[in-house]
Amino acid sequence: MTPAAAPPLTRQRVETAAARATGLWKVYGTGEAQVIALRGVDVELERGRFTAIMGPSGSGKSTLMHCLAGLDAVSRGQVHVGDTELTGLNDAGLTRLRREKIGFIFQQFNLLPTLTAEENILLPLAIAGRKPDQQWFRTVIDTVGLGDRLGHRPSQLSGGQQQRVACARALVSRPEVIFADEPTGNLDSRSGAEVLGFLRRSVTEYGQTIVMVTHDANAAAYADRVVFLADGQLVAELTQPTPESVLDTLKSLDRVAPAGAEH
Amino acid sequence: MLRATVKSLLARKLRLVLSGLAVLLGVMFVSGSFVLTDALGRSFDNMFSSAMAETDVLVAADPAIDVSELEGEAVPGLLRSADRDTVAAVPGVAGVVGEVQADGARVIGADGKVVTSFGPPRFGANWTGETGGLELREGRGPSADDEIAINVTLAELSKLKVGDRVGVLTTKPKQMFTLVGVFGYEGGLPGRGPVHEVRFTEPVAQELMLGTPGAYTSLSVTAAPGTDPAALRDAIRGALGDGYQVQTGAEAAAAIADGFKEALSFFNNILLGFAGVALFVGTFLILNTFSIIVAQRTKELALSRALGASRRQVIGSVMVEALVIGLVAAVLGLAAGVGVGALLAEVAASFSSLVLAGIGLPLAAVISAFVVGIGVTMIAALLPAVRASRVPPVAALQEVATPDRPLTKLTVSGTVLGALGTGAIAYGLATDGDAVLWLLLGGVLAAFVGVALLSPALARPAVSVLGRLFSWSVPGKLGRLNSGRNPRRTAITAAALMVGVALITGVNTIITSADRSLRGDATDAFQADLIISGQGSPGMLPTFDEALLPKMRELAGVRSVAAEYNEQAVIDGEPRMATAVTDLPTVVQDFSLVAAAGVLSQPAPGEVVVGESYAADSGLAVGDTVTARLPRGEPTTFRIIGMYQATPFYGGFIFGPDIVPGMRTPAPSFAYVRLADGADAAAARKGLEALLVDSPEMLVEDTGQFLDRELGESAQLLLMIQVLLGLAILIAVLGVINTLALSVLERTRELGLLRAIGLSRAATMRMVTVEAVVITVFGALLGVAVGIGLGAAVVQGLADEGLKELAIPWSQVGVYLVLGALVGVLAAVLPATRAARINVLSAIAHD
Repeated sequence: MTPAAAPPLTRQRVETAAARATGLWKVYGTGEAQVIALRGVDVELERGRFTAIMGPSGSGKSTLMHCLAGLDAVSRGQVHVGDTELTGLNDAGLTRLRREKIGFIFQQFNLLPTLTAEENILLPLAIAGRKPDQQWFRTVIDTVGLGDRLGHRPSQLSGGQQQRVACARALVSRPEVIFADEPTGNLDSRSGAEVLGFLRRSVTEYGQTIVMVTHDANAAAYADRVVFLADGQLVAELTQPTPESVLDTLKSLDRVAPAGAEH
Repeated sequence: MLRATVKSLLARKLRLVLSGLAVLLGVMFVSGSFVLTDALGRSFDNMFSSAMAETDVLVAADPAIDVSELEGEAVPGLLRSADRDTVAAVPGVAGVVGEVQADGARVIGADGKVVTSFGPPRFGANWTGETGGLELREGRGPSADDEIAINVTLAELSKLKVGDRVGVLTTKPKQMFTLVGVFGYEGGLPGRGPVHEVRFTEPVAQELMLGTPGAYTSLSVTAAPGTDPAALRDAIRGALGDGYQVQTGAEAAAAIADGFKEALSFFNNILLGFAGVALFVGTFLILNTFSIIVAQRTKELALSRALGASRRQVIGSVMVEALVIGLVAAVLGLAAGVGVGALLAEVAASFSSLVLAGIGLPLAAVISAFVVGIGVTMIAALLPAVRASRVPPVAALQEVATPDRPLTKLTVSGTVLGALGTGAIAYGLATDGDAVLWLLLGGVLAAFVGVALLSPALARPAVSVLGRLFSWSVPGKLGRLNSGRNPRRTAITAAALMVGVALITGVNTIITSADRSLRGDATDAFQADLIISGQGSPGMLPTFDEALLPKMRELAGVRSVAAEYNEQAVIDGEPRMATAVTDLPTVVQDFSLVAAAGVLSQPAPGEVVVGESYAADSGLAVGDTVTARLPRGEPTTFRIIGMYQATPFYGGFIFGPDIVPGMRTPAPSFAYVRLADGADAAAARKGLEALLVDSPEMLVEDTGQFLDRELGESAQLLLMIQVLLGLAILIAVLGVINTLALSVLERTRELGLLRAIGLSRAATMRMVTVEAVVITVFGALLGVAVGIGLGAAVVQGLADEGLKELAIPWSQVGVYLVLGALVGVLAAVLPATRAARINVLSAIAHD
């Protein structure tokens, strides 16, 4: 399937990162109960690329994503999404940022059960009070292959279809960056592959920036770049990954950091 | 299983507190009313036994007119000096004090206005010295015929001082006295209860209060030392023969106190009625809470079933939860009830100069608290418990929630119950007898439950239509969709609100219809230009001097004046109001009365006319005779010369002035004035007012003013009912809060998602608020509809009694709907705040 119209790529400025963290620390609790989830992470996520964040359980990969997306407050360091610095924004500012610059795909509970698939997809635009670009909307719908399911409610859709609706929702507002948190974690491998394929195409064909947290090497292999976290630190990085190279890197990480602190 | 139940109780504190609160409020009302009446009852006992402390035997005549408190005013009979001599001659009698006491001594205060009473009597009595606990506080007792003493209560209200010249209205027109003394009662009391008291010399009291020289209302007998009061009582009874009531002092005190307690128990029943409404609404709330709890615990219940718990154990676990809530609510409600009862008793006591006998805990309060608290909770929990037991073990393994069960069964049973209720109301209104009240009560209850059962089916369309109002914004649309998500939950929450709103709307519809009908009839029928009537106290029609009538007729511009007298009477053995008019043909014209049979000419002595429907009920026809007895007269026979079609103003017997001498107050209470063509109404009114200067209670008004004032009282009644029923609405609001709090809790993840994709806190709050408002407005709409229906049914049923016109109080219905919306906003505050504070991260985290 070819895109019906070329997406406006003018806003792509390769010289700035879509999101970036500098000296990022995240500490939970105090004293004895203190858990350090992130210890001075510096990472830059380039525009128009598909980045996967990997790492063993408790490595801090989800925390990193939450901090980058403005869902969690950082303890020290800075986070930028586009030109906006997140640290120091209040709830209203963060809400506006999420509304205008960020798209989300979660592992589950992605959709409102009361709304149809179409209404779910258009919800972020409705919340922001923006009119959908009809052409782009149709392009997105065609790409995810939901044309005949738009009037259905989430309970009438399969898990894979639900995640595709979630992808379409994230994409339809053309955000600066889409954060996907284990988007295929609850899906069988075929549905998972469909969703990942779709994410891949949206990067390749429409220049969308996507950051995905995953623990699945096969999923990570869809990305342009994989960054590896262990014990709250960035420990490795792969470009043009394959499932094999990802698995190899993970194995080497296990040797480096055998006792990954659980958070 | 018990431990699991306790744990689940603790885990759901908020919703249990809220539903427990509903029970608590109901129990508080129930036990509070028992505590109140108990405390007041014992206080009355104390008061009257101290009043009778020096009386060994009390003698009274059989009542002239014996009616119960609710039928009208009983008229005591009179004792003569001869009776006093008979009693004094009985061996063992050390002394006899003749007592004169009657209601209706109206003192004109320092401001020139009659001191009004909100209900307690205004006694006029004879001065018997400082006996029976009476203590002079200032001055002395009256010794000359133009002297009076008054009690402290009256002195404070009237602002009169010893030495003042005071006008007093009695059964006779105004007379002037010198105030020579102010008295109170032992224990520093300003009066015996909240009564006003004027004490005259004995002959004056007899003349003014009883209209009969040498008459007494009671004889207080002291026994010679060593004489047993009971034996003396029997001796006096023997000496007097039939027609007397002879009691020992203790018996008399108990009898008087019982009379007061009867009135109290009536009050108590009203309070209990409102408690019943509160509990009925509370039942909805508890039912809803348990339904939600069961729905949320589906997995847990299924798991316990899979692990081998029996259905009985599942029911047991839910019922134990209900038992615990009921028990806690009953205990707390009882405590709160004692507090509220004590507070109300204090307030009542301070208003009525009563020495409170101390707050007790009557057994009735304790038993009713537990029976009601636990009973209501367990009954409400039964349905959800049974539903819980039907959760199949396999539900533990399934991801999907149980699909919406069809509403057919509910809708059918709701329709049937609603129809039964309506039928019962219709039948109840159409029949007479003791069953009427129960039929109506049962009918209303069944109608409410019926509508409540129907409401889930109504919820979906209603919510979607209502929600359109809010759908212009995203949060509004989401809120609307949320309220339509669980029609049962929305419906039952709304139904709880419905009950209170329906009752208020129903009462309002009835009162408005009555008002409108009366006003409509009156405007059509009233042909009098001016009406002279008195603004008195409850149960007391003020009168004016008969001698003024000729002077009124002579005023410039006055064409005719018809006077009307009213008095309690016994007619053919039944207590009735007897009306006498000076000029029936004028009254017939003034009130557009229509003859149904015979003639409506002025009744000559021994003649009477009667309302057609009353005559039909009693099987009377023109030419028949009836026997009437007035309080100060002998039984007399009257012949019916005519019948008229009943109006809301006249329906009974209308006599000529020949019965007036038998009245306690032989003076007119109304006069209808017609003016000559082209007469100056303002001047005529001034002239009439000038003539009535010694009757400050009498007002000269035109028809509109008269009706406004008369009907103004129903507005006060309406206000009071609204305030009391407000409690039911308060409980329903608790239900809305409860439902919303649970919904917010259930949708934590959804809320997190919405916040993640950019819904602001304010918008989140708006969303929850819209959900609340949709629910409450739906409830208010249901309530208004049901209330208008109930009101219309009652108005229809009372069409014979003069309620011809159904008037729906639209503007107030509008107010109720707006209030319904406001209540929704209010109820949403807490849940919405909670929703807005949800931590996005914890809401969407998956591990």
